[in-house]
Amino acid sequence: MADTRRPLSPHIQVYRWQVQMVTSILHRATGIALAVGTLLVVWGLLALAAGEAAFTRFETCMGSPLGVFLLVGWSWSLFYHLCNGIRHLVQDTGAGYAIPQFVRSSWLSVVGSFVLVAIVWACVLLRGGAA
Amino acid sequence: MNLRAGTDDVRSQLRNPLKQARGLGSAKAGAGHWWTQRVTAVALVLLGLWVVVTVLSLLHADYAAARATVAKPWNALLLILFIVTMFWHAVLGLQVVIEDYVHTRRKEVALLVAIKFLAVLGALAGVLAVLRIALGV
Repeated sequence: MADTRRPLSPHIQVYRWQVQMVTSILHRATGIALAVGTLLVVWGLLALAAGEAAFTRFETCMGSPLGVFLLVGWSWSLFYHLCNGIRHLVQDTGAGYAIPQFVRSSWLSVVGSFVLVAIVWACVLLRGGAA
Repeated sequence: MNLRAGTDDVRSQLRNPLKQARGLGSAKAGAGHWWTQRVTAVALVLLGLWVVVTVLSLLHADYAAARATVAKPWNALLLILFIVTMFWHAVLGLQVVIEDYVHTRRKEVALLVAIKFLAVLGALAGVLAVLRIALGV
């Protein structure tokens, strides 16, 4: 058995926090959150197929304080994963690896996700709330 | 016995090293996971934005209007595409997370199989729901 008392990767506690770490960790975290969120999509579609009563129940759950909290979280996760995912696709072409560019695109992902989620929920609020 | 071992040694010395490697190594499908993850990602950029816009357009729609929207042929088609791509991408991503952080081989394999089962179940349930709405059954 390996001696696991030595620092093992990723030993993030030895690094000073920087935005590139945050974007990387958040990409995984939001990815996991969105994987759980797939069940919501399926639940909504199953309820829509099952009939009006089932769909009303789905809408009531999603309209509850906990439901709205989860929807806000999932929508932000979606937009963050989307923005940072596009950033990764651009980096896959070999572009944007200079450190200043890397930092700038990291901030762009974070700020962009908040802007997009704000736009979506502003739409919801301006049209008189969800459902 | 010794003689046999001796001839095996000679044979293995004469054997081209490629013989040992052929059919083993990771070179066969190494990039497959990576590439599929990217292709599904590109598809999800487009499909995801479409789903967000569609859901927003249904904000104050009643049950019948929501059902009618999903039932439109193009919407049903794109939704099915979205469901399949979403679960596929989710499995590829979760797989990497599990491989990275679950260090007990038994648990790792169990989880890898479990997410695949769940994803196929979820995808089929979602697709079937869209089909029921689209076909009006």
